[in-house]
Amino acid sequence: MTDLLDRQKLSYIAAQAADARLNVELETEGMTLNIGPQHPATHGTLRIIVRLDGEQVVWADPSAGYMHRGYEKLTEVRTFPQVTTLVNRIDWLGSFANEVPFILAAEQLMDIEAPPRAQWIRTILFELSRIANVGLFLGDLGVQLGAITPVFLAFRDREYVLNLIEAATGGRFHPNFDRIGGLKDDLPKGWVDETRQVMKKLRNFCDEMENLLFGNAIFQTRTRGIGVIPKDVALQYGLSGANLRASGVDWDLRRDQRIPLAYDKVDFKVWTHPDGDSFARCWIRLQETREATKIVDQLLDGLPSGPVMAKVPRIIKVPEGEAWISTENPLGEMGYYVVSQGDLGPFRVKIRTASFNNISIVPWVLRGVFVPDVITILASLYFILGDIDR
Amino acid sequence: MRCASRSWSAVVPLSDTGTEAPALPGDALRERIVDQLRDALGDGLVDSLVKPGVDVWVRVRTDAWRAAGIALRDIVGCQYFCFLSAIDWLPSPFGRGEDDPTAPPPERSTEIRQGYTGGDTRMQVFARVTNLSLHVGVTVKADVPDDDAVVDSWIPVYAGANWHEREAHEMFGIRFAGHPDLRNMYLPTEFEGHPLRKDFPLLARLVKPWPGIVDVEPLPGGDDDNEEGGGE
Repeated sequence: MTDLLDRQKLSYIAAQAADARLNVELETEGMTLNIGPQHPATHGTLRIIVRLDGEQVVWADPSAGYMHRGYEKLTEVRTFPQVTTLVNRIDWLGSFANEVPFILAAEQLMDIEAPPRAQWIRTILFELSRIANVGLFLGDLGVQLGAITPVFLAFRDREYVLNLIEAATGGRFHPNFDRIGGLKDDLPKGWVDETRQVMKKLRNFCDEMENLLFGNAIFQTRTRGIGVIPKDVALQYGLSGANLRASGVDWDLRRDQRIPLAYDKVDFKVWTHPDGDSFARCWIRLQETREATKIVDQLLDGLPSGPVMAKVPRIIKVPEGEAWISTENPLGEMGYYVVSQGDLGPFRVKIRTASFNNISIVPWVLRGVFVPDVITILASLYFILGDIDR
Repeated sequence: MRCASRSWSAVVPLSDTGTEAPALPGDALRERIVDQLRDALGDGLVDSLVKPGVDVWVRVRTDAWRAAGIALRDIVGCQYFCFLSAIDWLPSPFGRGEDDPTAPPPERSTEIRQGYTGGDTRMQVFARVTNLSLHVGVTVKADVPDDDAVVDSWIPVYAGANWHEREAHEMFGIRFAGHPDLRNMYLPTEFEGHPLRKDFPLLARLVKPWPGIVDVEPLPGGDDDNEEGGGE
């Protein structure tokens, strides 16, 4: 708790204590409220059962599993190249980013590395997925708070990014473009210039969002000081990505680990925020989107030439071993623990997704908040159902 | 349309670009973690593996599982809980589900080969935690007794282990002593079996064989290319 402003912390505790006293005096009767599975705030089918005392949540239990597809089991009956098709569908808003850590893990086991150009293009597409994903979050955020306009802007501008991804990979939502040893194809002609144009538009979009949403008094009132997650709790629950950085932890896997992607070639800022509340989480994501456009611009400037595919055998057999690779995906840390026993397919793949951990904190963070804040907290934690259930 | 930062002038973002990031972890650092764990756990640490320039694995005794978590958190300084799960090392009796259903089932090895840092049992739990200031992560494993699949819960050490243990319980049938709420996360309550165990068949593959095997008709006009399998 040391990282929260004292004033903020005290006011939060005082408010909760006052409410608790009031409830004791009024002797209100509890009520169980079921939110979901088909609630618009759940981005899919997450069901949350909350026990209410008046307007206050005393106990919350999110129950996932409405979209469990059993990918960990399915990977065991696939060959290594076939797995990317599956993992594409985990976080469907930033699909390309799901493929990368798995491919990197397989490459680590095979002791090969993609050629530089492939690494750079991977990084570019990775950041484009982030923009498409988080851009939509910024629009969706408004809807959760009753503002309709941002979502139209978000869908409009995400379309530019999706068009780019489609032009490069052939798939709008599920590119399936990453291969062990490189990429399926090189970039099409004119793509680089087109991307530069789009990045300009996206930066404008971020400014627009900042004006429309983040400066709005209603938005600030509904998110500031709501759903505060202190640093130590965030770490214990394994929160990652923007949620962790919003609690003041300066940790970004793009910068803080050595993986064969081009992040060490670019200069970018990792934003953190000391507050740990809903506003901080949203604000970090806004900054991240802007930062991602800058990363893409820098990568486009220095894009090396050369092949996009290393020499790999036609039938890929991965040597025996274990590898853990995680990357900073749009939602947070996503990683694959790949165990191979020298076969055509993986022996076991543990998929560590960001939303799973990010949502496991919900019972903790919802305790004591008011019902309308449940929606904003869930929105600011930002999860994708496929990413929880896998 | 640059926005003046009027609305959150009170917010001071923590800057990080001014400070030098610590050096990325070297193998000396990984060796030190193993030494720290050996000091803390004594013979509770069974085996360790430092793969140069890549990662570090340790295996602890089952009864030292929670102590290992506490040592990792408090002595090694791994505050960040990444994940917890389990592995079933039994080779799948069904292979990759690509057997020809008309042919007699092929002979398969049932020899259990554990991965890094070895092991004595069929199933193992493993978890990963990270030290964010030293930028180093540790994968820690422990055997799960074959006759009585119980290990200590990590919830008192890392609160985030709650859901991961629920998932491992549901998928592997491992019980976690001290876990308050081992309900199923994904499957119906009355579901029988533990899907990620290797002897649990993937029914979709058994009732309808993989198209790559059934589809033996030669392609029209195609040459006799009998090569199968992945790759481009």
